[in-house]
Amino acid sequence: MIELKNISKLYKTKNGEITAVKDVSLTIQQGEIFGIIGYSGAGKSTMIRLLNGLEKPSSGKVLVGGQEISSISGGKLRAARQKISMIFQHFNLLWSRTVEENIAFPLEIAGVKKEERTKRVNELIELVGLSGREKSYPSQLSGGQKQRVGIARALANNPEVLLCDEATSALDPETTDQILELLLDINKRLGLTIVLITHEMHVIRKICHRVAVMEAGSVVEQGEVLQVFQNPQAPITKNFVMQVSGKKEAKESIEQILEHFTSGKLVKLTFIGTKSEQPIISHLIKEFDIEVNIVHGSISQTTKGSYGNLIIQLNGKDSKVEEALLHLESLEIQTEVIEHA
Amino acid sequence: MLNQLFPNVNWEKMWEATYETVYMTTISTVATFVLGLAIGILLFLTSPHQLWANKVANFITGSIVNIFRSIPFIVLIILLVPLTKFLMGTIRGTNAALPALIIGAAPFYARMVLIALREIDKGVIEAAKSMGAKTSTIIWKVLIPESLPALLSGITVTAVTLVGYTAMAGIIGAGGLGQLAYIDGFNRSRDDVTLAATIFILVIVFIIQFIGDFITTKIDKR
Repeated sequence: MIELKNISKLYKTKNGEITAVKDVSLTIQQGEIFGIIGYSGAGKSTMIRLLNGLEKPSSGKVLVGGQEISSISGGKLRAARQKISMIFQHFNLLWSRTVEENIAFPLEIAGVKKEERTKRVNELIELVGLSGREKSYPSQLSGGQKQRVGIARALANNPEVLLCDEATSALDPETTDQILELLLDINKRLGLTIVLITHEMHVIRKICHRVAVMEAGSVVEQGEVLQVFQNPQAPITKNFVMQVSGKKEAKESIEQILEHFTSGKLVKLTFIGTKSEQPIISHLIKEFDIEVNIVHGSISQTTKGSYGNLIIQLNGKDSKVEEALLHLESLEIQTEVIEHA
Repeated sequence: MLNQLFPNVNWEKMWEATYETVYMTTISTVATFVLGLAIGILLFLTSPHQLWANKVANFITGSIVNIFRSIPFIVLIILLVPLTKFLMGTIRGTNAALPALIIGAAPFYARMVLIALREIDKGVIEAAKSMGAKTSTIIWKVLIPESLPALLSGITVTAVTLVGYTAMAGIIGAGGLGQLAYIDGFNRSRDDVTLAATIFILVIVFIIQFIGDFITTKIDKR
Protein backbone atom coordinates (compact mmCIF):
# COMPACT_ATOMS: atom_id res chain seq x y z
CA MET A 1 0.00 0.00 0.00
CA ILE A 2 2.66 2.47 1.07
CA GLU A 3 6.27 2.26 0.15
CA LEU A 4 9.14 4.56 1.05
CA LYS A 5 12.29 3.96 -0.94
CA ASN A 6 15.56 5.43 0.33
CA ILE A 7 13.92 8.62 1.49
CA SER A 8 16.08 11.51 2.66
CA LYS A 9 14.97 15.00 3.51
CA LEU A 10 17.30 17.93 3.99
CA TYR A 11 16.33 21.36 5.21
CA LYS A 12 18.44 24.37 4.40
CA THR A 13 18.67 26.78 7.28
CA LYS A 14 20.88 29.74 8.07
CA ASN A 15 23.11 27.47 10.12
CA GLY A 16 23.62 24.99 7.31
CA GLU A 17 21.76 21.88 6.28
CA ILE A 18 19.71 19.77 8.64
CA THR A 19 18.91 16.18 7.79
CA ALA A 20 15.39 15.48 9.03
CA VAL A 21 15.10 12.03 7.45
CA LYS A 22 18.08 9.87 6.56
CA ASP A 23 17.79 7.11 3.97
CA VAL A 24 14.57 5.53 5.24
CA SER A 25 12.92 2.60 3.50
CA LEU A 26 9.61 1.26 4.76
CA THR A 27 6.73 -0.82 3.48
CA ILE A 28 3.28 -0.54 4.99
CA GLN A 29 0.65 -3.16 4.15
CA GLN A 30 -2.94 -2.49 3.19
CA GLY A 31 -5.26 -2.49 6.19
CA GLU A 32 -2.52 -2.37 8.77
CA ILE A 33 -2.03 0.08 11.61
CA PHE A 34 1.57 1.16 11.41
CA GLY A 35 3.15 3.22 14.16
CA ILE A 36 6.20 5.41 13.98
CA ILE A 37 7.58 6.26 17.38
CA GLY A 38 10.35 8.67 18.28
CA TYR A 39 11.15 11.61 20.50
CA SER A 40 10.51 15.12 19.19
CA GLY A 41 13.00 16.05 16.50
CA ALA A 42 13.44 12.44 15.39
CA GLY A 43 11.97 13.27 11.98
CA LYS A 44 8.64 11.52 12.36
CA SER A 45 6.66 14.68 11.64
CA THR A 46 8.48 15.09 8.35
CA MET A 47 8.01 11.38 7.60
CA ILE A 48 4.24 11.49 7.88
CA ARG A 49 4.05 14.66 5.77
CA LEU A 50 5.99 12.94 2.99
CA LEU A 51 3.10 10.49 2.66
CA ASN A 52 0.62 13.13 1.50
CA GLY A 53 3.07 15.38 -0.27
CA LEU A 54 2.99 18.20 2.28
CA GLU A 55 6.74 17.66 2.25
CA LYS A 56 8.78 16.58 -0.74
CA PRO A 57 11.75 14.26 -0.23
CA SER A 58 15.21 15.52 -1.19
CA SER A 59 15.88 12.08 -2.61
CA GLY A 60 14.03 8.79 -2.81
CA LYS A 61 10.50 7.80 -3.74
CA VAL A 62 7.19 7.75 -1.88
CA LEU A 63 4.54 5.43 -3.28
CA VAL A 64 1.00 5.33 -1.94
CA GLY A 65 -1.48 2.96 -3.56
CA GLY A 66 0.83 2.59 -6.54
CA GLN A 67 0.99 6.34 -7.13
CA GLU A 68 4.26 8.18 -6.76
CA ILE A 69 3.30 10.97 -4.35
CA SER A 70 6.79 12.41 -4.33
CA SER A 71 6.68 13.35 -8.02
CA ILE A 72 3.09 14.47 -8.69
CA SER A 73 1.80 18.00 -8.12
CA GLY A 74 -1.14 20.28 -8.90
CA GLY A 75 -4.50 18.66 -9.57
CA LYS A 76 -3.12 15.12 -9.43
CA LEU A 77 -1.66 15.66 -5.99
CA ARG A 78 -4.87 17.30 -4.77
CA ALA A 79 -6.91 14.35 -6.03
CA ALA A 80 -4.51 11.91 -4.33
CA ARG A 81 -4.79 13.83 -1.05
CA GLN A 82 -8.53 13.26 -0.96
CA LYS A 83 -7.72 9.57 -0.54
CA ILE A 84 -4.95 10.13 2.02
CA SER A 85 -6.47 12.08 4.84
CA MET A 86 -4.89 13.34 8.00
CA ILE A 87 -5.77 14.09 11.61
CA PHE A 88 -3.74 16.36 13.81
CA GLN A 89 -2.50 16.81 17.35
CA HIS A 90 -4.26 20.16 17.67
CA PHE A 91 -7.27 19.04 15.61
CA ASN A 92 -6.99 22.01 13.20
CA LEU A 93 -10.72 22.55 12.92
CA LEU A 94 -12.13 25.75 11.43
CA TRP A 95 -13.46 27.72 14.40
CA SER A 96 -15.79 29.62 12.09
CA ARG A 97 -17.67 26.46 11.15
CA THR A 98 -19.98 24.23 13.15
CA VAL A 99 -19.29 20.52 13.61
CA GLU A 100 -21.34 19.58 10.57
CA GLU A 101 -19.86 22.36 8.47
CA ASN A 102 -16.35 21.27 9.43
CA ILE A 103 -17.11 17.71 8.38
CA ALA A 104 -18.66 18.98 5.14
CA PHE A 105 -15.52 20.94 4.24
CA PRO A 106 -13.58 18.11 2.53
CA LEU A 107 -16.79 17.18 0.69
CA GLU A 108 -17.07 20.75 -0.59
CA ILE A 109 -13.47 20.49 -1.75
CA ALA A 110 -14.28 17.25 -3.56
CA GLY A 111 -17.27 18.92 -5.24
CA VAL A 112 -19.93 16.73 -3.63
CA LYS A 113 -23.49 18.07 -4.10
CA LYS A 114 -25.30 19.65 -1.17
CA GLU A 115 -27.87 16.88 -0.69
CA GLU A 116 -25.31 14.12 -0.73
CA ARG A 117 -23.10 16.18 1.57
CA THR A 118 -25.80 16.43 4.19
CA LYS A 119 -26.41 12.70 4.02
CA ARG A 120 -22.73 11.82 4.30
CA VAL A 121 -22.18 14.28 7.17
CA ASN A 122 -25.00 12.66 9.13
CA GLU A 123 -23.51 9.20 8.60
CA LEU A 124 -20.13 10.41 9.80
CA ILE A 125 -21.52 12.15 12.85
CA GLU A 126 -23.19 8.89 13.76
CA LEU A 127 -20.00 6.91 13.10
CA VAL A 128 -17.82 8.98 15.43
CA GLY A 129 -20.50 9.31 18.10
CA LEU A 130 -21.22 13.03 17.94
CA SER A 131 -24.98 12.96 17.47
CA GLY A 132 -26.59 16.02 19.01
CA ARG A 133 -23.52 18.20 18.59
CA GLU A 134 -24.01 18.95 14.88
CA LYS A 135 -24.63 22.65 15.40
CA SER A 136 -21.93 23.21 18.02
CA TYR A 137 -18.83 25.24 17.28
CA PRO A 138 -15.41 23.71 18.01
CA SER A 139 -14.93 26.10 20.93
CA GLN A 140 -17.90 24.42 22.64
CA LEU A 141 -16.38 20.93 22.41
CA SER A 142 -13.93 19.01 24.59
CA GLY A 143 -10.59 17.83 23.20
CA GLY A 144 -11.87 14.32 22.59
CA GLN A 145 -14.94 15.60 20.78
CA LYS A 146 -12.79 17.88 18.64
CA GLN A 147 -10.66 14.91 17.60
CA ARG A 148 -13.83 13.00 16.74
CA VAL A 149 -14.76 15.84 14.41
CA GLY A 150 -11.24 15.64 12.99
CA ILE A 151 -11.67 11.91 12.39
CA ALA A 152 -15.11 12.33 10.82
CA ARG A 153 -13.70 15.05 8.57
CA ALA A 154 -10.82 12.82 7.59
CA LEU A 155 -13.14 9.95 6.68
CA ALA A 156 -15.54 12.09 4.64
CA ASN A 157 -14.13 11.27 1.21
CA ASN A 158 -13.69 7.54 1.94
CA PRO A 159 -9.91 7.63 2.09
CA GLU A 160 -7.66 4.60 1.72
CA VAL A 161 -5.07 5.86 4.15
CA LEU A 162 -5.45 7.79 7.39
CA LEU A 163 -2.42 9.64 8.71
CA CYS A 164 -2.43 10.47 12.42
CA ASP A 165 -0.05 13.22 13.44
CA GLU A 166 0.29 12.80 17.22
CA ALA A 167 -3.49 12.55 17.24
CA THR A 168 -3.79 11.77 20.94
CA SER A 169 -0.87 13.72 22.36
CA ALA A 170 -3.03 16.65 23.44
CA LEU A 171 -5.62 14.44 25.15
CA ASP A 172 -5.87 13.04 28.66
CA PRO A 173 -5.24 9.29 29.14
CA GLU A 174 -8.88 8.30 29.24
CA THR A 175 -9.82 10.29 26.14
CA THR A 176 -6.69 8.96 24.44
CA ASP A 177 -7.96 5.42 24.96
CA GLN A 178 -11.40 6.30 23.61
CA ILE A 179 -9.94 7.86 20.48
CA LEU A 180 -7.61 4.87 20.01
CA GLU A 181 -10.58 2.52 20.31
CA LEU A 182 -12.37 4.54 17.66
CA LEU A 183 -9.36 4.32 15.33
CA LEU A 184 -9.09 0.58 15.90
CA ASP A 185 -12.79 0.20 15.20
CA ILE A 186 -12.52 2.23 11.98
CA ASN A 187 -9.53 0.17 10.89
CA LYS A 188 -11.46 -3.05 11.39
CA ARG A 189 -14.74 -1.85 9.94
CA LEU A 190 -13.47 0.06 6.92
CA GLY A 191 -10.21 -1.78 6.33
CA LEU A 192 -8.45 1.56 6.35
CA THR A 193 -4.65 1.64 6.41
CA ILE A 194 -3.57 3.83 9.34
CA VAL A 195 -0.15 5.38 9.78
CA LEU A 196 0.40 7.15 13.06
CA ILE A 197 3.27 8.95 14.67
CA THR A 198 3.60 9.31 18.40
CA HIS A 199 6.06 9.57 21.26
CA GLU A 200 3.95 7.36 23.51
CA MET A 201 4.62 3.61 23.54
CA HIS A 202 1.20 3.19 25.07
CA VAL A 203 -0.41 4.22 21.76
CA ILE A 204 1.76 1.79 19.79
CA ARG A 205 1.01 -1.04 22.19
CA LYS A 206 -2.70 -0.44 22.17
CA ILE A 207 -3.49 -0.30 18.47
CA CYS A 208 -0.51 -0.85 16.19
CA HIS A 209 0.30 -4.03 14.33
CA ARG A 210 3.78 -2.98 13.37
CA VAL A 211 6.09 -0.26 14.56
CA ALA A 212 9.14 1.62 13.36
CA VAL A 213 11.36 3.36 15.88
CA MET A 214 12.98 6.57 14.71
CA GLU A 215 16.01 8.32 16.09
CA ALA A 216 17.83 11.28 14.52
CA GLY A 217 16.14 10.83 11.15
CA SER A 218 16.79 7.10 10.81
CA VAL A 219 14.62 4.08 11.44
CA VAL A 220 16.66 2.16 14.02
CA GLU A 221 14.27 -0.72 14.47
CA GLN A 222 11.06 -2.01 12.99
CA GLY A 223 8.86 -5.06 13.22
CA GLU A 224 5.76 -6.61 14.75
CA VAL A 225 4.75 -4.73 17.88
CA LEU A 226 4.95 -7.80 20.11
CA GLN A 227 8.36 -8.77 18.81
CA VAL A 228 9.68 -5.32 19.43
CA PHE A 229 8.25 -5.42 22.94
CA GLN A 230 9.64 -8.85 23.63
CA ASN A 231 13.06 -8.26 22.28
CA PRO A 232 13.92 -4.61 21.81
CA GLN A 233 17.31 -4.18 20.15
CA ALA A 234 18.21 -0.51 20.00
CA PRO A 235 18.76 1.31 23.31
CA ILE A 236 16.08 3.87 22.43
CA THR A 237 13.57 1.08 21.85
CA LYS A 238 14.39 -0.42 25.23
CA ASN A 239 13.67 2.96 26.71
CA PHE A 240 10.29 3.16 25.00
CA VAL A 241 9.39 -0.36 26.04
CA MET A 242 10.18 0.51 29.64
CA GLN A 243 7.64 3.35 29.38
CA VAL A 244 4.85 0.80 29.36
CA SER A 245 6.26 -2.31 30.97
CA GLY A 246 6.95 -0.52 34.22
CA LYS A 247 10.29 -2.32 34.43
CA LYS A 248 11.95 0.66 36.02
CA GLU A 249 9.75 0.51 39.07
CA ALA A 250 9.78 -3.28 39.07
CA LYS A 251 13.54 -3.44 39.54
CA GLU A 252 13.36 -1.41 42.72
CA SER A 253 10.40 -3.25 44.12
CA ILE A 254 11.90 -6.71 43.63
CA GLU A 255 14.43 -5.91 46.33
CA GLN A 256 11.61 -5.07 48.70
CA ILE A 257 9.62 -8.13 47.69
CA LEU A 258 12.54 -10.40 48.49
CA GLU A 259 12.74 -8.92 51.96
CA HIS A 260 9.04 -9.53 52.61
CA PHE A 261 8.59 -12.96 51.09
CA THR A 262 11.20 -15.19 52.63
CA SER A 263 9.50 -18.57 52.32
CA GLY A 264 8.91 -20.64 49.18
CA LYS A 265 10.02 -19.71 45.71
CA LEU A 266 9.55 -16.36 44.01
CA VAL A 267 8.98 -16.76 40.29
CA LYS A 268 8.67 -14.12 37.66
CA LEU A 269 6.39 -15.05 34.76
CA THR A 270 6.66 -13.14 31.50
CA PHE A 271 3.74 -13.23 29.09
CA ILE A 272 4.33 -12.31 25.49
CA GLY A 273 1.25 -12.61 23.37
CA THR A 274 0.50 -15.87 25.13
CA LYS A 275 -2.20 -17.39 27.14
CA SER A 276 -2.74 -14.96 29.94
CA GLU A 277 -6.45 -15.36 29.40
CA GLN A 278 -6.17 -18.95 30.71
CA PRO A 279 -6.83 -19.48 34.39
CA ILE A 280 -3.19 -20.35 35.07
CA ILE A 281 -3.12 -19.58 38.77
CA SER A 282 -6.15 -21.63 39.77
CA HIS A 283 -4.85 -24.41 37.58
CA LEU A 284 -1.53 -24.44 39.47
CA ILE A 285 -3.31 -24.61 42.81
CA LYS A 286 -5.58 -27.47 41.79
CA GLU A 287 -3.15 -29.56 39.80
CA PHE A 288 0.01 -29.34 41.84
CA ASP A 289 -1.28 -28.87 45.35
CA ILE A 290 0.77 -25.78 46.06
CA GLU A 291 -0.04 -22.35 47.39
CA VAL A 292 0.20 -19.48 44.96
CA ASN A 293 0.50 -15.94 46.17
CA ILE A 294 0.45 -13.03 43.71
CA VAL A 295 3.15 -10.56 44.66
CA HIS A 296 3.41 -8.13 41.82
CA GLY A 297 2.06 -7.83 38.32
CA SER A 298 1.51 -5.69 35.26
CA ILE A 299 -0.18 -7.08 32.21
CA SER A 300 -1.43 -5.07 29.30
CA GLN A 301 -3.24 -5.90 26.10
CA THR A 302 -1.92 -5.38 22.58
CA THR A 303 -3.71 -6.10 19.33
CA LYS A 304 -1.99 -9.49 19.18
CA GLY A 305 -2.33 -10.73 22.76
CA SER A 306 -1.12 -9.90 26.24
CA TYR A 307 2.17 -8.51 27.26
CA GLY A 308 3.52 -8.17 30.78
CA ASN A 309 4.83 -9.95 33.78
CA LEU A 310 3.68 -11.38 37.05
CA ILE A 311 5.66 -12.26 40.15
CA ILE A 312 4.22 -15.08 42.21
CA GLN A 313 5.28 -16.88 45.36
CA LEU A 314 5.00 -20.67 45.29
CA ASN A 315 4.77 -22.57 48.59
CA GLY A 316 4.72 -26.34 48.68
CA LYS A 317 6.82 -29.44 48.29
CA ASP A 318 9.97 -28.83 46.24
CA SER A 319 9.11 -31.55 43.73
CA LYS A 320 5.61 -30.10 43.22
CA VAL A 321 6.99 -26.64 42.70
CA GLU A 322 9.42 -27.97 40.07
CA GLU A 323 6.58 -29.69 38.25
CA ALA A 324 4.54 -26.53 38.32
CA LEU A 325 7.41 -24.57 36.76
CA LEU A 326 7.78 -27.13 33.98
CA HIS A 327 4.07 -26.91 33.33
CA LEU A 328 4.27 -23.12 33.00
CA GLU A 329 7.08 -23.38 30.49
CA SER A 330 5.02 -25.78 28.42
CA LEU A 331 2.45 -22.96 28.14
CA GLU A 332 5.08 -20.73 26.50
CA ILE A 333 5.33 -18.56 29.54
CA GLN A 334 8.87 -17.53 30.41
CA THR A 335 9.66 -18.30 34.03
CA GLU A 336 12.50 -16.96 36.06
CA VAL A 337 13.16 -17.89 39.66
CA ILE A 338 14.14 -14.87 41.67
CA GLU A 339 16.79 -15.70 44.26
CA HIS A 340 18.23 -13.75 47.09
CA ALA A 341 21.24 -11.89 45.87
CA MET B 1 -33.31 76.54 21.31
CA LEU B 2 -31.10 75.00 18.62
CA ASN B 3 -31.17 78.21 16.66
CA GLN B 4 -30.00 80.11 19.74
CA LEU B 5 -27.06 77.80 20.29
CA PHE B 6 -26.17 77.59 16.61
CA PRO B 7 -27.37 80.90 15.12
CA ASN B 8 -25.41 80.63 11.88
CA VAL B 9 -26.08 77.00 11.05
CA ASN B 10 -28.10 76.28 7.95
CA TRP B 11 -29.53 72.88 8.86
CA GLU B 12 -30.44 71.96 5.34
CA LYS B 13 -26.83 72.53 4.29
CA MET B 14 -25.66 70.61 7.34
CA TRP B 15 -27.72 67.56 6.40
CA GLU B 16 -26.57 67.79 2.81
CA ALA B 17 -22.94 67.89 3.95
CA THR B 18 -23.61 64.94 6.27
CA TYR B 19 -25.00 63.00 3.36
CA GLU B 20 -21.91 63.81 1.31
CA THR B 21 -19.59 62.66 4.09
CA VAL B 22 -21.54 59.44 4.59
CA TYR B 23 -21.55 58.86 0.82
CA MET B 24 -17.80 59.33 0.46
CA THR B 25 -17.07 57.22 3.53
CA THR B 26 -19.35 54.36 2.48
CA ILE B 27 -18.14 54.07 -1.12
CA SER B 28 -14.49 54.42 -0.19
CA THR B 29 -14.80 51.95 2.71
CA VAL B 30 -16.33 49.28 0.48
CA ALA B 31 -13.72 49.84 -2.23
CA THR B 32 -10.92 49.91 0.36
CA PHE B 33 -12.16 46.64 1.82
CA VAL B 34 -12.02 44.90 -1.55
CA LEU B 35 -8.73 46.42 -2.71
CA GLY B 36 -7.02 46.19 0.69
CA LEU B 37 -8.15 42.59 1.13
CA ALA B 38 -6.76 41.64 -2.27
CA ILE B 39 -3.42 43.33 -1.59
CA GLY B 40 -3.27 41.93 1.95
CA ILE B 41 -3.92 38.39 0.72
CA LEU B 42 -1.26 38.83 -1.95
CA LEU B 43 1.19 40.06 0.69
CA PHE B 44 0.36 37.07 2.87
CA LEU B 45 0.52 34.39 0.18
CA THR B 46 3.82 35.64 -1.23
CA SER B 47 5.52 35.82 2.17
CA PRO B 48 8.06 33.09 3.08
CA HIS B 49 6.72 29.54 3.67
CA GLN B 50 3.28 30.43 2.29
CA LEU B 51 1.45 29.05 -0.75
CA TRP B 52 2.88 31.49 -3.29
CA ALA B 53 6.13 32.25 -1.44
CA ASN B 54 7.96 34.65 -3.72
CA LYS B 55 10.55 37.11 -2.49
CA VAL B 56 10.38 39.45 -5.48
CA ALA B 57 6.58 39.73 -5.61
CA ASN B 58 6.45 40.15 -1.86
CA PHE B 59 9.09 42.86 -1.89
CA ILE B 60 7.41 44.82 -4.70
CA THR B 61 3.94 44.63 -3.15
CA GLY B 62 5.30 45.46 0.28
CA SER B 63 7.21 48.45 -1.07
CA ILE B 64 4.20 49.89 -2.89
CA VAL B 65 2.11 49.53 0.24
CA ASN B 66 4.75 51.22 2.36
CA ILE B 67 5.23 54.11 -0.06
CA PHE B 68 1.53 54.95 -0.25
CA ARG B 69 1.12 54.46 3.47
CA SER B 70 3.91 56.95 4.15
CA ILE B 71 2.59 59.84 2.04
CA PRO B 72 0.51 62.24 4.14
CA PHE B 73 -3.05 62.16 2.88
CA ILE B 74 -3.28 65.86 2.09
CA VAL B 75 -0.14 65.55 -0.07
CA LEU B 76 -1.50 62.39 -1.73
CA ILE B 77 -4.64 64.24 -2.85
CA ILE B 78 -2.50 66.85 -4.59
CA LEU B 79 -0.24 64.21 -6.15
CA LEU B 80 -3.26 62.35 -7.46
CA VAL B 81 -4.89 65.38 -9.11
CA PRO B 82 -3.90 64.27 -12.66
CA LEU B 83 -5.21 60.74 -12.03
CA THR B 84 -8.43 62.07 -10.55
CA LYS B 85 -8.94 64.34 -13.55
CA PHE B 86 -8.36 61.41 -15.87
CA LEU B 87 -10.68 59.04 -13.99
CA MET B 88 -13.48 61.38 -12.92
CA GLY B 89 -13.15 64.27 -15.39
CA THR B 90 -13.11 66.79 -12.54
CA ILE B 91 -11.28 67.46 -9.29
CA ARG B 92 -14.25 68.89 -7.45
CA GLY B 93 -17.13 67.17 -5.68
CA THR B 94 -17.59 63.98 -3.72
CA ASN B 95 -16.81 61.56 -6.56
CA ALA B 96 -13.53 63.32 -7.29
CA ALA B 97 -12.43 62.56 -3.73
CA LEU B 98 -12.91 58.82 -4.10
CA PRO B 99 -9.68 57.80 -5.92
CA ALA B 100 -7.52 59.57 -3.36
CA LEU B 101 -9.55 58.18 -0.45
CA ILE B 102 -9.27 54.62 -1.72
CA ILE B 103 -5.61 54.82 -2.71
CA GLY B 104 -4.80 56.44 0.61
CA ALA B 105 -6.68 53.91 2.74
CA ALA B 106 -6.22 50.60 0.89
CA PRO B 107 -2.50 50.16 1.70
CA PHE B 108 -3.24 50.99 5.33
CA TYR B 109 -5.97 48.35 5.39
CA ALA B 110 -3.81 45.85 3.46
CA ARG B 111 -1.34 45.91 6.38
CA MET B 112 -4.15 45.15 8.80
CA VAL B 113 -5.32 42.30 6.55
CA LEU B 114 -1.80 40.88 6.60
CA ILE B 115 -1.72 41.01 10.40
CA ALA B 116 -5.15 39.34 10.56
CA LEU B 117 -4.10 36.54 8.21
CA ARG B 118 -0.89 35.90 10.12
CA GLU B 119 -2.99 35.23 13.21
CA ILE B 120 -4.67 32.26 11.54
CA ASP B 121 -3.51 28.94 12.94
CA LYS B 122 -1.01 27.51 10.42
CA GLY B 123 -2.36 24.04 11.18
CA VAL B 124 -5.75 24.95 9.75
CA ILE B 125 -4.20 25.94 6.43
CA GLU B 126 -2.15 22.74 6.48
CA ALA B 127 -5.31 20.73 7.16
CA ALA B 128 -7.04 22.30 4.17
CA LYS B 129 -4.02 21.50 2.02
CA SER B 130 -4.03 17.92 3.28
CA MET B 131 -7.64 17.62 2.13
CA GLY B 132 -6.63 18.58 -1.38
CA ALA B 133 -7.95 22.16 -1.35
CA LYS B 134 -7.02 24.53 -4.16
CA THR B 135 -5.48 27.89 -3.27
CA SER B 136 -8.71 29.67 -4.24
CA THR B 137 -10.65 27.39 -1.88
CA ILE B 138 -8.15 28.11 0.87
CA ILE B 139 -8.58 31.86 0.32
CA TRP B 140 -12.39 31.86 0.28
CA LYS B 141 -13.12 29.09 2.76
CA VAL B 142 -10.21 29.28 5.19
CA LEU B 143 -8.28 32.56 5.10
CA ILE B 144 -11.22 34.96 4.93
CA PRO B 145 -13.71 33.21 7.28
CA GLU B 146 -11.02 32.33 9.83
CA SER B 147 -9.77 35.92 10.03
CA LEU B 148 -13.13 37.64 9.60
CA PRO B 149 -13.38 39.24 13.07
CA ALA B 150 -9.96 40.84 12.64
CA LEU B 151 -10.76 41.84 9.05
CA LEU B 152 -13.95 43.55 10.24
CA SER B 153 -12.42 45.33 13.21
CA GLY B 154 -9.69 46.47 10.80
CA ILE B 155 -12.19 47.87 8.32
CA THR B 156 -13.96 49.64 11.21
CA VAL B 157 -10.75 51.43 12.13
CA THR B 158 -10.14 52.19 8.47
CA ALA B 159 -13.67 53.58 8.02
CA VAL B 160 -13.12 55.93 10.96
CA THR B 161 -9.84 57.04 9.39
CA LEU B 162 -11.69 57.56 6.13
CA VAL B 163 -14.16 59.91 7.82
CA GLY B 164 -11.14 61.99 8.77
CA TYR B 165 -9.76 61.78 5.23
CA THR B 166 -13.07 63.01 3.75
CA ALA B 167 -12.83 66.07 5.96
CA MET B 168 -9.35 66.77 4.63
CA ALA B 169 -10.57 66.21 1.09
CA GLY B 170 -13.36 68.67 1.88
CA ILE B 171 -10.87 71.47 2.36
CA ILE B 172 -9.88 71.24 -1.29
CA GLY B 173 -13.44 71.09 -2.52
CA ALA B 174 -14.76 67.55 -2.10
CA GLY B 175 -17.78 68.70 -0.10
CA GLY B 176 -19.03 67.11 3.09
CA LEU B 177 -18.81 68.16 6.72
CA GLY B 178 -15.11 68.96 6.50
CA GLN B 179 -15.67 71.51 3.77
CA LEU B 180 -18.60 73.00 5.68
CA ALA B 181 -16.55 73.33 8.85
CA TYR B 182 -13.66 74.93 6.98
CA ILE B 183 -15.37 77.18 4.43
CA ASP B 184 -18.55 78.15 6.31
CA GLY B 185 -17.18 77.81 9.80
CA PHE B 186 -13.50 78.70 9.94
CA ASN B 187 -13.21 81.07 6.97
CA ARG B 188 -16.25 83.08 8.05
CA SER B 189 -15.42 82.91 11.75
CA ARG B 190 -18.65 81.12 12.56
CA ASP B 191 -17.55 78.88 15.37
CA ASP B 192 -21.03 77.45 15.85
CA VAL B 193 -20.94 75.98 12.34
CA THR B 194 -17.57 74.34 13.01
CA LEU B 195 -18.85 72.98 16.30
CA ALA B 196 -22.05 71.59 14.76
CA ALA B 197 -20.07 69.95 11.94
CA THR B 198 -17.73 68.44 14.53
CA ILE B 199 -20.65 66.98 16.45
CA PHE B 200 -22.07 65.47 13.28
CA ILE B 201 -18.72 63.91 12.43
CA LEU B 202 -18.43 62.49 15.96
CA VAL B 203 -21.86 60.92 15.67
CA ILE B 204 -20.93 59.30 12.34
CA VAL B 205 -17.73 57.90 13.88
CA PHE B 206 -19.58 56.54 16.93
CA ILE B 207 -22.16 54.83 14.74
CA ILE B 208 -19.44 53.23 12.59
CA GLN B 209 -17.57 52.03 15.67
CA PHE B 210 -20.73 50.67 17.26
CA ILE B 211 -21.80 48.72 14.16
CA GLY B 212 -18.25 47.40 13.67
CA ASP B 213 -17.90 46.21 17.25
CA PHE B 214 -21.35 44.67 17.24
CA ILE B 215 -20.77 42.59 14.11
CA THR B 216 -17.26 41.60 15.16
CA THR B 217 -18.41 40.14 18.50
CA LYS B 218 -21.44 38.56 16.88
CA ILE B 219 -19.49 36.51 14.33
CA ASP B 220 -16.60 35.51 16.59
CA LYS B 221 -17.24 31.89 17.61
CA ARG B 222 -13.82 31.25 19.14
